[in-house]
Amino acid sequence: MSRRIVITGIGWITPLGHDIETAWQAILRGDSGIRKTTIFDAGTFPTQFSSEVKDFDLRKFLGGDFEKHKEVSRQAGFALAAARLAWDYSGLANAAKLDKTHVGVYLGGGEGPMDFDHFAEAAVEGWDYEKNELNTPRFADIAYKILSKIVEAEQDPNMAASHIAQLFGLEGPNFNTLTACAASTQAIGEATKIIRRGDADVMISGGCHSMIHPFGVTGFNRLTALSTRNDSCITASRPFDRTRDGFVLGEGAGMLILEELSHAKARGAKILCEIVGYGSTADAFRITDIHEDGRGGIAAMRGAIKDACLTTADINYISAHGTGTAENDKIESLAIRTLFAENAKNVPVSSVKSMLGHLIAAAGACELITCVLAIRDQILPPTINYNTPDPLCDLDYIPNTPRKAKVKTCLSNSFGFGGQNDTLVVTAFEEK
Amino acid sequence: MKQKNRVVITGLGVTTPLGVGIAETFDALVEKKCGIGRITVFDASRYTSQIAGEVRSGKVADCVPKGYRKATKVMARDIELAVMAAYHAVKDAGLKTKCIIDRGEATGPSDIDSTRFGANIGAGLICADLTEVSGALATAAERPDAPKDRGFSLKKWGSEGMSNLTPLWLLKYLPNMLACHVTIVHDCQAPSNTITCGEASSHLAIGEAFRTIERGDADLCICGGAESKLNQMSLMRQSLLNRLVTNSNESPATACRPFDVSRSGTVVSEGGGLIILEEYERAKKRGAKIYAELIGFGAAVNASHWLTPQADGRGLALAMTKGLADAGVSASQVGLVNAFGAGTIEHDLSESAAIRSVLGDRVGSVPVITTRGSLGTNGAGTGAIDIAVLAMAMHRGVLPPSLNTDKIDPACGLKVVQGDPIDWRGEVAVSVATAMSGGQTAALVIRRVH
Repeated sequence: MSRRIVITGIGWITPLGHDIETAWQAILRGDSGIRKTTIFDAGTFPTQFSSEVKDFDLRKFLGGDFEKHKEVSRQAGFALAAARLAWDYSGLANAAKLDKTHVGVYLGGGEGPMDFDHFAEAAVEGWDYEKNELNTPRFADIAYKILSKIVEAEQDPNMAASHIAQLFGLEGPNFNTLTACAASTQAIGEATKIIRRGDADVMISGGCHSMIHPFGVTGFNRLTALSTRNDSCITASRPFDRTRDGFVLGEGAGMLILEELSHAKARGAKILCEIVGYGSTADAFRITDIHEDGRGGIAAMRGAIKDACLTTADINYISAHGTGTAENDKIESLAIRTLFAENAKNVPVSSVKSMLGHLIAAAGACELITCVLAIRDQILPPTINYNTPDPLCDLDYIPNTPRKAKVKTCLSNSFGFGGQNDTLVVTAFEEK
Repeated sequence: MKQKNRVVITGLGVTTPLGVGIAETFDALVEKKCGIGRITVFDASRYTSQIAGEVRSGKVADCVPKGYRKATKVMARDIELAVMAAYHAVKDAGLKTKCIIDRGEATGPSDIDSTRFGANIGAGLICADLTEVSGALATAAERPDAPKDRGFSLKKWGSEGMSNLTPLWLLKYLPNMLACHVTIVHDCQAPSNTITCGEASSHLAIGEAFRTIERGDADLCICGGAESKLNQMSLMRQSLLNRLVTNSNESPATACRPFDVSRSGTVVSEGGGLIILEEYERAKKRGAKIYAELIGFGAAVNASHWLTPQADGRGLALAMTKGLADAGVSASQVGLVNAFGAGTIEHDLSESAAIRSVLGDRVGSVPVITTRGSLGTNGAGTGAIDIAVLAMAMHRGVLPPSLNTDKIDPACGLKVVQGDPIDWRGEVAVSVATAMSGGQTAALVIRRVH
């Protein structure tokens, strides 16, 4: 029989709190983490708000290990803290014999925020206004003076995964994938396969990202992907609502401890739930648009459900990608309706992005954690700011208040720019 | 339990400073040509290292269907390199993909099931085109006329400056856009992934694609990586990290000296390598040319530090040991090692230590090849170019020499192929890579197919 993979630890750093219970309770209250942007002065940007992690202090999480990691990027800091929480939750620190060559890391980590102020200074000072071209020698002279070696090095997307390996001394497979908004869902799916195959017994998996910096907001504003509801930002993230006008950029990290079942049992670990299915596809359609039939999303969900040896009737809840853009929510709803057919009306769907914002590479991991908690507490998180139904989105979106429900199996979707589709299925753990 | 599928390499595509297409690059390597020269794409005169491997041949427009040429405008250089390499890989494999049919180079319909055709392409931290972004940023200066201290204004940027960037600007620089363009052009709808682990990216991506076919989630995968470090910011980063040769600006051809006693750093380049992995029975059935069988994959990490190589090469040795165990071969069966050979003092020492610890007493008799002296280091695409060269070496039975490895550093102690190409008819070869920042390690094991 194939190896079973269970979740034995969870941790996150989110705009609604720095530990599992605080943020989960905030989600169940329907709180919004979205406020005016403070990380930089976005006062003249088309979008002036975001979902920031507030009052984050890495030292509190790392204690004596802080010094070694103090120069990490903002997002790698979130990753280290979330990994510390998940690791502590799992009790692995007390495991009698842990073969650390069989404990790996698989993250969907984004690029570290660029050193924007210094970069912009070098770029502007290096610009030749008369010739209308960059004077590279001038740029280089200034860049050598003002850029920091460490800040530049820490921007590499694989750094968070590496820092986590150093923090716990983990010598197993170490990966970072960056498939845009699907990254951490993909990472968790691939990490599951690594354990299933026997290449590791335990994987720390999840994602981290912070794109709340001038270039990040610029990029998404230019794409007109962000909500510009500056006058009512707290309610700006409105997945599936007819008045939705784009997503809200968030930041954070979510980490899970994935463990082979017998390994978890041998050390008496508390098992949260089991990961049973993973599906991954490419739209192979367009870089800017999702395939109009939801082809890739349907295939990813179908693949994950098949991988789990289940049917759509077994799914009790869907944690939607649900970004709050016109196109995503319409096509994701269509994809669910198409695949689930007569079951579509019966399966509750919600998007916690309505509260957390869109954590980009970290989104999938945090959303999977909400599925784990939904199974643990038998309650489904709501989609807040849902007031005006959209005829193109006609599913049960758990509007505005959480719902007590019998929750055994959840499906979580993440769809990335460029047509990356990843789906995970988790289920309450049962002996077989 | 279900038997694992066997996976073979049936297509090789590269874009390197020595040419586009595997034959051109391989022949040049065997002829001991060097792809490193003075940087011409921008004025590098104020950089400490002013040399690089530039890819001068090949046009991306010639590698996509006519109807897709417009989309090439939103491709960062890294994406172009990947798209070109992908085209050459599928051509080499004789696959009738959508691109090949749309280009009129084969008649349809395609014999490929798109939902069984995957992609896994390693990418780097893609740098924005500095001229484009600087030009836009310059519109937000408070005092554009001042000789210096022009005062970039974030307020001005937010209100007007940013509109000077094209709306799709961000999409040029998302790392997964390499895979997205390739999957669109060739219609690959099966699992698609983008590994971003520096110089280990290609190996990890190929390893993951190997697993995808092995477990039956795809029949075909296009995999590898591409990156350009030929960008003002990329070069600056490598320079700040003190990884580059700075004493050879006037003698670029002898600058990068892997495992040589006088090595002093690496040289940046641009390039991409994509290979076609195919389930063995499928390849056999269609009579494909089989370069080699991929039989093992191992991954680990330098768990001591993210920037400093381990003196004992432990992280890489672990990846090699795991890869060999996965392949079901012992270290004594390894007939050839494809090393990374960055050319810096510490990285080469660390890599050598790892290889020595795995090969043991046989280290003096197992040939080691590296292409860094000729091709430099492009980051994420380097490893796939190496694998393509390795597969070609196995196929042709010839090992290209390592350029500029004149006197092997005894502290490295490897039997690097120097001077002239040598014949090689061995059975099993290992290729390794380590991320210079981050320290992820990977090893792939290939075997000759008779």
